[in-house]
Amino acid sequence: MSKVDYEIYKLQKRVTNGGMNRREFIKAATAMGFVATAPALYSHAAHATPKKGGTYRVGFGGANTGDMLDPADNGDTFMINMNMGGCRNALVEVNANGQAVPELAESLEPSADAKTWVVKLRQGIEFHSGKTFDADDAIASLEHHRGEDSTSDAKSVANSLGNIRKDGQNTLVFELESGNADFPYLLSDYHLLMGSADGSGKVDWASGDGTGSFVVKSFEPGVRAHMVRNPNYFKSGCANFDEVKMTAINDAAARMNAMATGQVDAIVRCDLKTAPMLEKKSGVSVIQVSGTKHFTYPMDVRQAPFNDNNVRMALKHGIDREAFVNTVLRGYGSLGNDHPISSNQNYHAGDLPQRQYDVDKAKWYLKQAGLTGLDVEIAAADAAFNGAVDATQLYSEAAKAAGINIKVNRVSPDGYWNNVWMKVPWSACYWSGRPTADWMFTIGYKAGGNWTDSYWDHARFEELLVAGRAELDEAKRNEIYVEMQTIVSNEGGVVVPCFANNVDAASDALGRPAKLAGNWELDGSRSIERWWFK
Amino acid sequence: MQNSLLRLVLRRLALGVLTLIAISLLITVGVEALSGDVCTAMMGQMASEDKVAACHRALNLDRPVHLRYIEWLVNFAQGDMGKALTNHREVVDVIGNRIGNTFFLAIASALIAIPISLALGIVAALYRNSLFDRSISMITLSGVSVPDFFIAYILMAIFAVSFGIFPAISNVDDTMALSERIVASALPVLTLTLAVSAHMMRMTRASIVSLMASPYIEMAKLKGVKPGRIIVFHALPNAWSPIIQVIMLNLAWLVVGVVIVEVVFVYPGLGALMIDAVFLRDMPIVRATAMIFASVYVILNLLADILSMASNPRLMHPK
Repeated sequence: MSKVDYEIYKLQKRVTNGGMNRREFIKAATAMGFVATAPALYSHAAHATPKKGGTYRVGFGGANTGDMLDPADNGDTFMINMNMGGCRNALVEVNANGQAVPELAESLEPSADAKTWVVKLRQGIEFHSGKTFDADDAIASLEHHRGEDSTSDAKSVANSLGNIRKDGQNTLVFELESGNADFPYLLSDYHLLMGSADGSGKVDWASGDGTGSFVVKSFEPGVRAHMVRNPNYFKSGCANFDEVKMTAINDAAARMNAMATGQVDAIVRCDLKTAPMLEKKSGVSVIQVSGTKHFTYPMDVRQAPFNDNNVRMALKHGIDREAFVNTVLRGYGSLGNDHPISSNQNYHAGDLPQRQYDVDKAKWYLKQAGLTGLDVEIAAADAAFNGAVDATQLYSEAAKAAGINIKVNRVSPDGYWNNVWMKVPWSACYWSGRPTADWMFTIGYKAGGNWTDSYWDHARFEELLVAGRAELDEAKRNEIYVEMQTIVSNEGGVVVPCFANNVDAASDALGRPAKLAGNWELDGSRSIERWWFK
Repeated sequence: MQNSLLRLVLRRLALGVLTLIAISLLITVGVEALSGDVCTAMMGQMASEDKVAACHRALNLDRPVHLRYIEWLVNFAQGDMGKALTNHREVVDVIGNRIGNTFFLAIASALIAIPISLALGIVAALYRNSLFDRSISMITLSGVSVPDFFIAYILMAIFAVSFGIFPAISNVDDTMALSERIVASALPVLTLTLAVSAHMMRMTRASIVSLMASPYIEMAKLKGVKPGRIIVFHALPNAWSPIIQVIMLNLAWLVVGVVIVEVVFVYPGLGALMIDAVFLRDMPIVRATAMIFASVYVILNLLADILSMASNPRLMHPK
């Protein structure tokens, strides 16, 4: 390849990876002398058409020997990719633009108050076992997560689905307790997948039987999984590989090595330290997509000194966010503004000024609180997020300039969520984020919630939360959520220094859609059904 | 003589069973002492009181620990290892998949490491204090001084990344032919060989050298026996005992101590399984793997003693 060819190839790669639009590409290509052929080169890169064939080998982190095909227990990438992107489908999926679109559902119609939702199911869809998918399967699959004995990670989501009844074999009616305009998103939860029910309304999850793009051939928890294409898959342009071989590679260095030596075609979660080196390797692309994952420092606002908002504001101004993104995330992320809604999500408050590291303001707020200095303790372990201990030290150093003395208490990562988080007044934490503003606020910020880690209770916020949920008018909803983000940012009990990008790597032999989904790693955890070999 | 050997074996086996029971008790107490249990470990950040309570009910974890332990012991004595608490797979199946991998790795490494270190030890003793002796000592001692994961990464950088001879991850499975399996496990085997050779080689050399000043060696020298012959036929038979002990110790380590190498090479062995199970507080798997590891130690120690006796006429025929 000549130098010029290589340059244009690099530009095309950026287009394919979603890092460059048509206008930018044509401008750059024309400057390099490709005057007549620039548009064709662009469309070649942007609209590569899926081809069938090949064995897709992927290396995943986040696998363990306790994994199972029951989606109620799924919580990390290996199982989410295998279940949601592989052998099963949900009623609704989130597309690359972050919109909820019907998957096994055909349509979702709300009543005027968004309290009753009629969901029509796709007809003629078959499970791998040959059984036809219908309303009984859907009800059994959803009820699996509810009830007193449920240990499902989706228990609270499933409980919010209200009363579920069927209206004929292909229609479900959901009667919610209060209106929810985001209802379709709830059904896209990666736990709420459809399995085939037996006569008694139970689903045999362990069989792996689903409607998904690939059929499970073998599965060894925490080690590997092997799947073959479902020839009857209902989505067009999907399920392009002949086979999929998933390998559990929990060690980040081993995962990078497997990718660098070509033993796998793609990996999830690059090691950020060595990602720039992998990027230099020809034939491999590091894929960066901004998502909803964010790191946080929740304070228990019921306890002194965090019960004083001035102290919280002082602490929010005492963190160097730029340094945080550049060192902890090695640049693979963006600044947080002390609320949990990321810039690529609907209703993001883009006009809210970006909070900066500001020693004078931090001092000013301390003065408002009647303090000249502040001594606080924070607990951190790398279980909270990768590099949490170092990151918190960095925070501590930056805050010193404002007279804030943060003592970093390094605790054991084992049992962190059980013993430390929400148990001590201030700790490090992460959230993978939720697809909608309402969902994120409800699970992490609503007063009295199980996971409201700041124990925050704000009357106006609660009022807006209820109003926003049932509001079907987009403009009004936007107003509500912007105000909520402003309240959380200025009065909430959580420091949100940054949003982390999803950073994966893939071989250039793989074809990918022009725009990748950011709701999960590896194209929204759906590379298995969406990608192909060129 | 056979009687004394038989008595020793029986006594040691009985002691071994007691050891196993003591270890199972220690492991149980140890894992119970850790914070949380399998339910909170599985749910992690998303745990809530009602879910944890439901999980305890489902897994029968609301009963006191000593009752659960006794029940396990009774079942284990009857050969029933129970089911994993996390995904309810039979422990026999979970372990069955991996035990072969672990022993394959240990045996393959031992097959290379033992003959090489014995031979090097003998040659080093023969040419002791020569340049050869010193360089062999230096090389093997460097191998044992560097942490095994570092050796692993160095080998990976050379053989997988630069030259691409062997794969960087050793993702072995049951469907592989022996030749494929050997290629796939080449780097972990090489890493382990480097890690254990020094100890065995140094012990061989030291125990031979310590005998070289004995009167009967002096006698052999005066008779004009060649140095090589003196070492192999006169010194070595009397040096076996400590060498065997060290070999067995290293064999046991090859089975139970290779977790880091398993993680680095993504090798599906028992060590990584046990670590996973401890993190998840999956007691049946923790206990089962602990029993296997403990048995390996008990059996290899017994074997070492029997072989030491067999190699030592004075122990074989006590006055």
